[in-house]
Amino acid sequence: MSQFAINILFVGASFALYIGIAIWARAGSTKDFYVAGGGVHPITNGMATAADWMSAASFISMAGLLASGGYANSTFLMGWTGGYVILAMLLAPYLRKFGKFTVPDFIGDRFYSNTARLVAIICLIVASVTYVIGQMTGAGVAFSRFLEVSNTWGIWLAALIVFLYAVFGGMKGITYTQVAQYVVLIIAYTIPAIFIAMQLTGNPIPMFGMFSTHTESGVPLLEKLDSVVNALGFRDYTADVDNKLNMVLFTLSLMVGTAGLPHVIIRFFTVPKVADARWSAGWALVFIALLYLTAPAVGSMARLNLMTTIYPEMAGDVEDYSEAAQEPILYADRPDWIRTWEETGLITFNDLNDDGRIQLYNAGSEDFAPIAAENGWEGNELDVNNDILVLANPEIANLPGWVIGLIAAGGIAAALSTAAGLLLAISSAISHDLIKTMINPKISEKGEMLAARISMAGAILLATYLGLNPPGFAAQTVALAFGIAGASLFPALMMGIFSKRMNNVGAVAGMLSGLIATLLYIFTYLGWFFIPETNMLANTPDNWIFGISPLSFGAVGAIINFAVAFTVSSVTQAPPQEIQDLVESVRYPKGAGGAVAH
Amino acid sequence: MADDKSNAAAYWSANVKTIAGCLVVWAFVSYGCAILFRPLLAGIPVGGTDLGFWFAQQGSILTFIGIIFFYAWKMNQLDKKFGLEE
Repeated sequence: MSQFAINILFVGASFALYIGIAIWARAGSTKDFYVAGGGVHPITNGMATAADWMSAASFISMAGLLASGGYANSTFLMGWTGGYVILAMLLAPYLRKFGKFTVPDFIGDRFYSNTARLVAIICLIVASVTYVIGQMTGAGVAFSRFLEVSNTWGIWLAALIVFLYAVFGGMKGITYTQVAQYVVLIIAYTIPAIFIAMQLTGNPIPMFGMFSTHTESGVPLLEKLDSVVNALGFRDYTADVDNKLNMVLFTLSLMVGTAGLPHVIIRFFTVPKVADARWSAGWALVFIALLYLTAPAVGSMARLNLMTTIYPEMAGDVEDYSEAAQEPILYADRPDWIRTWEETGLITFNDLNDDGRIQLYNAGSEDFAPIAAENGWEGNELDVNNDILVLANPEIANLPGWVIGLIAAGGIAAALSTAAGLLLAISSAISHDLIKTMINPKISEKGEMLAARISMAGAILLATYLGLNPPGFAAQTVALAFGIAGASLFPALMMGIFSKRMNNVGAVAGMLSGLIATLLYIFTYLGWFFIPETNMLANTPDNWIFGISPLSFGAVGAIINFAVAFTVSSVTQAPPQEIQDLVESVRYPKGAGGAVAH
Repeated sequence: MADDKSNAAAYWSANVKTIAGCLVVWAFVSYGCAILFRPLLAGIPVGGTDLGFWFAQQGSILTFIGIIFFYAWKMNQLDKKFGLEE
C-alpha cells in the first residue's frame, strides 16, 4: 500500500470516528450546547480540556522550538503547564460555583456593569479569533502535506469538518470528539518518540531517555548534543540565559495567559460539582504532561539526529569534533526524508561554496567565523523549518509507514480540537453574552441556539478567510492572544473572586489599562496592528524597556491591571450588598447545583 | 447565623492559606529552581546537565501536577470539615 493510501486510511478513519461521535452526542438544548449538559466526568473533562488546550502549536511546533532554543525555550513548557496551577486554585472552582455559561457572564454580573461585560466580550473575541487563525493554518499544512492537496483545499477541508461537528454538536459534541482526538494525538505523538528514544538511548521512555546515555557514543545524550552543536558554532543546548528578568516575565505571561484564555475556562463549567472542577484541572494537566514531558525529549533527540545525519562522523565516540565537523555529507547522498521535505519548501539547500556538500552551522557566530573561513565554508547551506521536526521524525528515524499515517491524523486532530473549542467560545460570547444578555433578553431558547449556530458558522468562515489570506503576522498574534487574555481577563476574574471590595469602576479601569498598555507595548515594537514599517522602535533587546520583550509584556500588563483596579476601587464606592453576597457565595462549594440555565 | 458566618470565614481563610502555600511551591520550582537559582544548582549533575535544566524541562511540570492534586485533596478535606461540601 502506498504512503498516500495509508495516510488517507488513518485520517479518514479518525474523521469517521469524530463525526460519528458528534451525531451520537448532538446538542438538544442551550445547556447541552454551552456546557454539555453539565454532567461530564472530571477525567473525561480533563482529557477533553487537554485536547482543547493542546493546539497545532503544541503538537507540531513546540518540539521544534525546544530543539532550536534548548534551555532558553523551557519557558513554553513551564508557562503553558504552570497556568493550570493558578487556574485550578484561583479560578476554576469558583467560576463553576457561579454556575453560568461564559466568562463575560461572570465579569458582567460580578461587576454589575454592562461596560465590563462588553470589554470582556471584546477581549474574548480578539484573543480567540487571533488564536484560531493559527489553528486553521496549521490544519491546512497538515492536510496539504499528508493528503497531497493544495494548502487552500487543506484549509477548506478543515473548515468543513469543524463546521460539521461543532455546529451541530455544540459543547456536548465537542467534549466527546475532543476525548477521541486526545487519544489519537497522544498515541501519534508518543509512539515515534518511544522508537527514537529506544534507538538513541535504549530507554523506551523518552522523558528518561533524554537524561540517559547516548548508546552510540557512550556519553550522556545532552552532553553529546552540547558537544555537537558547540563544534558547529551554536550555543550549548543546555546553556543558561543572561536575561533572567525577561525569562521570568515570559513564563509568567504564558501562565496568566493560559489561565485567562476563555476556551479553557469554559471547560470547567461542564463538570457536575465544584470538587470535580478541582480534580478536573489536575487530570487535564496529567494528560497535557504526557505530551509536554515527551516534547523536550523529542526536541533534543531530533536535533541530535539532524546534526548526525549531516555530519555522520559526529555520531560515535568522537575525539576531535572540529575534525569531524569538516566532513558533512554530500548533497547527492542526502537521505530520502530531506528530498521529500525539499518538495514542500520547508527544507532548502543552497550550495554556497559549490563543494557539493551540505554545511550546516551557525553562520551568525562571530567566534566561529574564522573556523568556517579556514574550512572554506561560505555560509549556512541548509535551512530547516522548525515545524517539520515532529512531522518528519518518523522518516528521520526510518519508522514504518503506518506511523507517518498516525502522525498525520494526530496533527490534524490537535489543530481541529482547539479550533472547535475556540469557535465555541466565540459563538457563545456572541449569541449568549451579546445577543441574549445585552441586545434581546426576550429571545427564545430556539432563537438563541440558532444565533449560536449562525455566529459559529460566521466565525468559521472568518477564520477560514484569515487562514487563506494570513495577515502576515500569524506568529505574532499568538503573543497578542496571550497578552490580552493575561492582561485583561485573568486579573478581572481573580479580583472578582478574591476581593469583595473590588467594584465596577475599578474593574473596568483595570481591564482597560492592562489591555491598552499591553497593546501599546506590542505595537511599539511590532508595528501598529502589526502593519510592517509602522513600529516606532526596532524590535531588538537594546530598545526594550528593562530588556522586556513584547512577548513577555502580558505579565506586566496584568500587574498594571491589578494596580489600577485597586487604586481606583479604593477611592470609589464599595459594591452593593447583593454583589458582596454573590462573591461570598462563589467562595463556598455548598449549594452549587447544576450550571444555571437562564 | 453568626456561627455560619464565622464558620464560612474560617473555611475561606484556610482556603487562602492553602493557596498561598501551594503558590510558594509553584514559584519556587519554576521561577526559582528552573530560572533564578539555576547557577546555584549548577554543581548538581543530572544526566549530562544540571538540576536546574531538569527542573526547567521536567521537574517543574511534575511538581505542578502534584500541587493541583494536593490542593484538590486538601480542599475536599476542608469542605467536609466545615460542612460545606455539596
